[in-house]
Amino acid sequence: MKRPIYLDYAATTPVDPRVVEKMTECLSMEGNFGNPASRSHSYGWQAEQAVETARKQVADLINADPREIVWTSGATESDNLAIKGAAHFYGKKGKHIITSKVEHKAVLDTCRQLEREGYEVTYLDPQSNGIVTADQVKGAIREDTIVVSIMHVNNEIGTINDIAAIGELTRENKIIFHVDAAQSAGKIEIDMQAMKVDLLSLSAHKVYGPKGMGALYVRRKPRIRLEAQMHGGGHERGMRSGTLPTHQIVGMGEAFRIAKEEMVEENQRLLTLRQRLWDGLVGLEEVHINGDPELRVSGNLNVSLAFVEGESLLMALKDVAVSSGSACTSASLEPSYVLRALGLADELAHSSIRFAIGRFTTEEEVDRVIETTCEGVKKLRELSPLWDMFKDGIDLSTVEWAAH
Amino acid sequence: MAYSDKVLDHYENPRNVGAMDSEEGSVGTGMVGAPACGDVMRLQIKVSDDGIIEDAKFKTYGCGSAIASSSLVTEWVKGKTLDEASEIKNTAIAEELALPPVKIHCSVLAEDAIKAAVNDYKKKQGSQES
Repeated sequence: MKRPIYLDYAATTPVDPRVVEKMTECLSMEGNFGNPASRSHSYGWQAEQAVETARKQVADLINADPREIVWTSGATESDNLAIKGAAHFYGKKGKHIITSKVEHKAVLDTCRQLEREGYEVTYLDPQSNGIVTADQVKGAIREDTIVVSIMHVNNEIGTINDIAAIGELTRENKIIFHVDAAQSAGKIEIDMQAMKVDLLSLSAHKVYGPKGMGALYVRRKPRIRLEAQMHGGGHERGMRSGTLPTHQIVGMGEAFRIAKEEMVEENQRLLTLRQRLWDGLVGLEEVHINGDPELRVSGNLNVSLAFVEGESLLMALKDVAVSSGSACTSASLEPSYVLRALGLADELAHSSIRFAIGRFTTEEEVDRVIETTCEGVKKLRELSPLWDMFKDGIDLSTVEWAAH
Repeated sequence: MAYSDKVLDHYENPRNVGAMDSEEGSVGTGMVGAPACGDVMRLQIKVSDDGIIEDAKFKTYGCGSAIASSSLVTEWVKGKTLDEASEIKNTAIAEELALPPVKIHCSVLAEDAIKAAVNDYKKKQGSQES
């Protein structure tokens, strides 16, 4: 069976073959299978060396010191460790946290948990283009604010926040600044020497590395302290215990090495492909880009195809693997909370599709996607009473709907 | 999510897609749902002088299950009297299409659409008589 065209690189990426090769070397009897914490024999020393090489590779991509990298199981764990760890450690200073409504659930749910523990959280609304500005953060800062957590790139709409500007503000006010960089690492430049970010979450599987692997950058100067969330053997300077998975770590290291080397060139290619996709879709009437058209990562194109419901469009796109912001599966029928936070009209939120292009996407694939999308949209608009009404010049916002 | 073969069939080959003149006295129009909820169904029936539904048309904005539910009921109401059509239950639609629990609301909406179309027709007839 022919597999669908994969345009969901923001959800996850296939592991780069070069990464697979490095990883398998750490799995076999003949390979580098030792426990990096074993001090008494060469198996351990060798594994430790591989782990430290990878640590340097990850640090290099974000221009950090390798000693600032803590291995975790993924960006979700990194977000938890960063926000809970900092909030718990500095809880005596204050109980106020600032974040935004369009953060990943790993950040939002962690904040909800802290609220249950007695912390107070301010959730900033983004601008209509999806951006959360330094001014907005500034307006929310209080005497007792201890942590600000703002994502670098949004997972749904691909918009890029100015974390350098927010960092200036938080440093000035002696507030800890955490950034979820799961969607930005390897896609745009991150410079920890220049940016005043204190904690930064990283994921391997968004950058052509393995799933189940991530890291948290923890700044040394000025030193940021965290309360561990996972206790045990005192690995990772006590911040995150658990035997280090050598093969996973080596995979993340190699993936980040490749990303650093190829990022500029890859972005050029992705931009060309995205432009091609957009040019192919824009001929359909009533197509809207969600999120800022310029301030976004090169692989992301999130569009609303008005008067067509997202899930039915996914059915029309059965030969394409993409995501929709519409979730017509729950009793509440809530569309994506990210698109809602942008203030998008409901019918546009329900009509959204996220195309996420990546390393292995080809021009031919993009052309096929354009073709199927246009066919599907035309067919579904023929079926859509809303399209009829739009064509008759009826403003849908003036209609009294029987909500159910 | 995996759809049943029947949902896929209705989605690929929707029956009775179209619109009728809602101003006409023999046509009843039911529009239910809301864009905010992600589905809007418009069901229209054409009723003969002796009270039989001769024809039905639909257009639906919604997921595959919503499209299939409305497509199915256009087939079901044809040839029925208004009372018979009003007795079609969402559970029968859900069963026929093997809808999963999270999609039951689509069948409820289709049942509501029939009722709304029948009521619209009756209202028109009533206002004509008076």
